[in-house]
Amino acid sequence: MKKFLAASLALLSSVLFAPGTLAEETVKVGAILAVTGPASFLGSPEARTLEMMVADLNAKGGLNGKKVVLVVKDSGASAEKAVSFAKQLIEEEKVIAIIGPSTSGETMAIKALAEESKTPLISCAAAEVIVNPLARYVFKTPQKDSQAVIRIYQQMKVMGLTKVAIFSSNTGFGKAGKEQLEKLAPEYGIQVVLSEVYDSKATDLTAEVTKLKASNAQAVVNWSIEPAQAIVIKNVRQLGLTMPIFQSHGFGNIGYVKAAGAAAEGVIFPAGRLLIADQLPASNPQKKVLVAYKSEYEGKFKEDVSTFGGHGYDAMLLFAEAYKKGGTDRAKLRDALETLTGVVGTAGIFNMSATDHNGLGLDAFEMLTVKDGRFVPLAR
Amino acid sequence: MTGALAIQYLVAGLTYGTIYAVVGMGFNIIYNTTGIINFAQGEFVMLGGMIAVSLHAILPLPLAIAGAVLATMVVGALIELVFIHWLSRPTVLRMIIVTIGISILIREVALLIWGHNVRVLPYFTGNEISAIDLLGARISPQVLWVVAVCAAMVALTTAFFQWTMLGRQMRACASNQVGAAVCGLPIRRLVTLSFVLSAGMGALAGCVVCPITYTQYGMGTGLAIKGFTVAILGGLGNSLGAVAAGLLLGIIESFTVSQLPTAFKDTVSIAILLGVLLLRPSGLFGARVATRA
Repeated sequence: MKKFLAASLALLSSVLFAPGTLAEETVKVGAILAVTGPASFLGSPEARTLEMMVADLNAKGGLNGKKVVLVVKDSGASAEKAVSFAKQLIEEEKVIAIIGPSTSGETMAIKALAEESKTPLISCAAAEVIVNPLARYVFKTPQKDSQAVIRIYQQMKVMGLTKVAIFSSNTGFGKAGKEQLEKLAPEYGIQVVLSEVYDSKATDLTAEVTKLKASNAQAVVNWSIEPAQAIVIKNVRQLGLTMPIFQSHGFGNIGYVKAAGAAAEGVIFPAGRLLIADQLPASNPQKKVLVAYKSEYEGKFKEDVSTFGGHGYDAMLLFAEAYKKGGTDRAKLRDALETLTGVVGTAGIFNMSATDHNGLGLDAFEMLTVKDGRFVPLAR
Repeated sequence: MTGALAIQYLVAGLTYGTIYAVVGMGFNIIYNTTGIINFAQGEFVMLGGMIAVSLHAILPLPLAIAGAVLATMVVGALIELVFIHWLSRPTVLRMIIVTIGISILIREVALLIWGHNVRVLPYFTGNEISAIDLLGARISPQVLWVVAVCAAMVALTTAFFQWTMLGRQMRACASNQVGAAVCGLPIRRLVTLSFVLSAGMGALAGCVVCPITYTQYGMGTGLAIKGFTVAILGGLGNSLGAVAAGLLLGIIESFTVSQLPTAFKDTVSIAILLGVLLLRPSGLFGARVATRA
């Protein structure tokens, strides 16, 4: 009997107190990330970063005193899943905003959906087309691929290179990069002598690289975010080709340097400053944010920080800043996002406007190279 | 195309081909015993590479590889005992579906254990950029390692299935399970053994190709498709056939790339597979009757 009494008391109290906890106001934000699947190297650090930041935010009392609830959906990099998760988050979960998706293809698949339902979308994917043409409700945190291309071509001009070969992977990222590379080449007096698209799951690319050997290219640009990009680098050097290798900002994962080993030495690529956070001068305005994120992430998850997790960091940061600026419903949040300026993130300093929903300038990129298995700034 | 370039394409084809062949051979053992295709074979390859990379942190390379092969063999045995052994009278279709399920399971477990990053073993000889000059073309020493392992596997499996009692028992088991049982063969144990052996072969393949291809939790599927293609092309159950088919496919792919955009590489190889299956369902080098009741 005593036991029964105790049990019913416990039940009663839980019923009494439950409505109190439910009634506490929360801010619900959704995330669609490729946590598993072929783009898990993007989605996994992004999801970890978001969860870490939300825990930190809530430990400090949340946003405007409201607890932040993060709903992460794992799309496995599938555009179809991204669409159904987006519908679920918008209609059932009624989130105020969606962070992600991780890949450009998925983002493009739900761009119209975000626009129609008037739900702010802060994508973590790179392709230019996400914010150009502009959609009122769609934002993105990584630097634009056109800016990466411009930085590479500027560097080629400095080095006196005019004939290039383009290698790109057969994914959304690779395709978008290839288009920008081919479009912008004439402006910088560069001639594309070979353009090859390879399978992102390739296991060896010696034959493709033999084509490079047969061409008269002076340099190669290799555009991919998948592990196969490291195979290209390795095969180029194995065939005894000594030409400079340029990579996209998708090379910003020290794992690829380890994978390509000795072949990675001297590879040149544009990237955000997160990868060289420790080497930045103290005067750099981003240094504090970068070092704090890097040490917290690496301490917590025991894996190297990557720029991809940084894109998640920036997305959550922009969301939190806009919310604090009065963005307490979907429409207000959108308006607030568009007016954010001087927000110091991992990719650069964001200055949003009604015409720029990325907000990063050319200076967000630093040209890096690989020396002794580490990322270092390229000597000018 | 100059001579040196042609040889370079040939070497590229050899690289692709031996990778396909070394993976493809693993399909043969289970097929030779049970008559089924094990769709988790690619995962054995992945596990071999992954475990070897993990062990290499504390052990020298040869021991790490030996450890990885043994560990994967244990996994192969466990999988057979847990998922397949107790099935009474499993049909071919049912076993295939079970192995597909197992492959998904292994992949997810690998993702939990090793995460999403690519891992890599050091080159057995030299490093990422070393190459041996071959008539003006350059070949990575690791490719020669793959060739050597491939050759050893062909020799050992052929000898095993042709000349040892155990090997013959396993073949008997595949050609007529009831008949083999009537003769007093321990069929269930032979099936377990076939999973152990093919897990070991897959793991060894995974170790030897790892410096070239890298290892990632999801890499098994892609490799298995190509391995499966050459196993079929060569005639299922025929190790030498798998090697010949692997080299043929690799060289065709390589020269396809030399003339067409890379995107057509797989189009050509799948078209060949379909063509062969239409004209010679038993594969290029397979026995005339490969269908099973």
